[in-house]
Amino acid sequence: MASILTAGTPAPDFKLPVTPDQRLALSELRGRPVILAFYPADWSPVCGDQMALYNEVLPEFSKFNAELLGISVDGVWCHEAFTKDRHLKFPLLADFEPKGAAAQSYGAYRKSEGVCERALFVIAKDGLITWSYISPIAVNPGADGILTALEALPK
Amino acid sequence: MSTLKIPVGQTDHIQGDESAAVTLVEYGDYECPHCARAYSIVKKVQKHFGKQLRFVFRNFPLTEMHPNAEFAAETTEFAGAHGKFWEMHDQLFENQNRLGGELYAELAHKLNLSSADLASALEKREFAAKVHDDFSGGVRSGVNGTPTFFINNQRHDAPFDYEDLLTAIDAAITSTK
Repeated sequence: MASILTAGTPAPDFKLPVTPDQRLALSELRGRPVILAFYPADWSPVCGDQMALYNEVLPEFSKFNAELLGISVDGVWCHEAFTKDRHLKFPLLADFEPKGAAAQSYGAYRKSEGVCERALFVIAKDGLITWSYISPIAVNPGADGILTALEALPK
Repeated sequence: MSTLKIPVGQTDHIQGDESAAVTLVEYGDYECPHCARAYSIVKKVQKHFGKQLRFVFRNFPLTEMHPNAEFAAETTEFAGAHGKFWEMHDQLFENQNRLGGELYAELAHKLNLSSADLASALEKREFAAKVHDDFSGGVRSGVNGTPTFFINNQRHDAPFDYEDLLTAIDAAITSTK
């Protein structure tokens, strides 16, 4: 198992494409809790895949004023199509070039397959990681760990 | 390993006895094809285990993906308020390709329920809170898609094919001995 960054570590900044013509930096979200969901790839063939699940759960995350970012190595056009197809209401970031660089900075890159691990991070308003979790690549980790971590954040 | 956070209780829809060795809880979505497949598998599983198994169904509609899931769930809750939950639950999975107001009215009629009352209940969203409570409880419990099964409060992470459920439930029975 890769060793992902743990609680107490400052979350490394990154700036990644969020749409074909815009980039989003993590540091722009400083001041609110952030959930990072690294995942291997768009288009896995199940309903209720991880991103679709989080899409359903978004109102629960919003109660904490938390911003959710999905990150995979897929390119922006792939993300755009996937977002449309699944009616996703949160941003997907393209960790495309250099490939997996953001994921690597979090210890969340599977070099052998060239995809991100299924890794979750909750980052507090001050930019410190307060919780992280890596799921076996084939298991959707759900949202319970994220919600517990959000509840534990200082108000 | 995720565990069920909301214990099985009074407001649940339950088949089987409290004294059963194993409780199988399913979080499902009536418009999800995987749940339709699980529906007949669960029936086989129930037949196999008889009194040893208690089955509970809770709502987990994926409303962003499945436009009919929410009202299908509310329709079963309406039926449940009139003692016909399981009949409606079964009929919806049997008729998954026809989910919609017309089907609900037809099934209400078939089950001797007032389709006018049903229509009113859906319009007033009378059962939306119950469905939402199921959903929130499911999220808290680590439901990660549909169907998600919990066997004696532990999330079942293996496939839900007949053999897989049999094995898992057998293991749960053994561990209670």
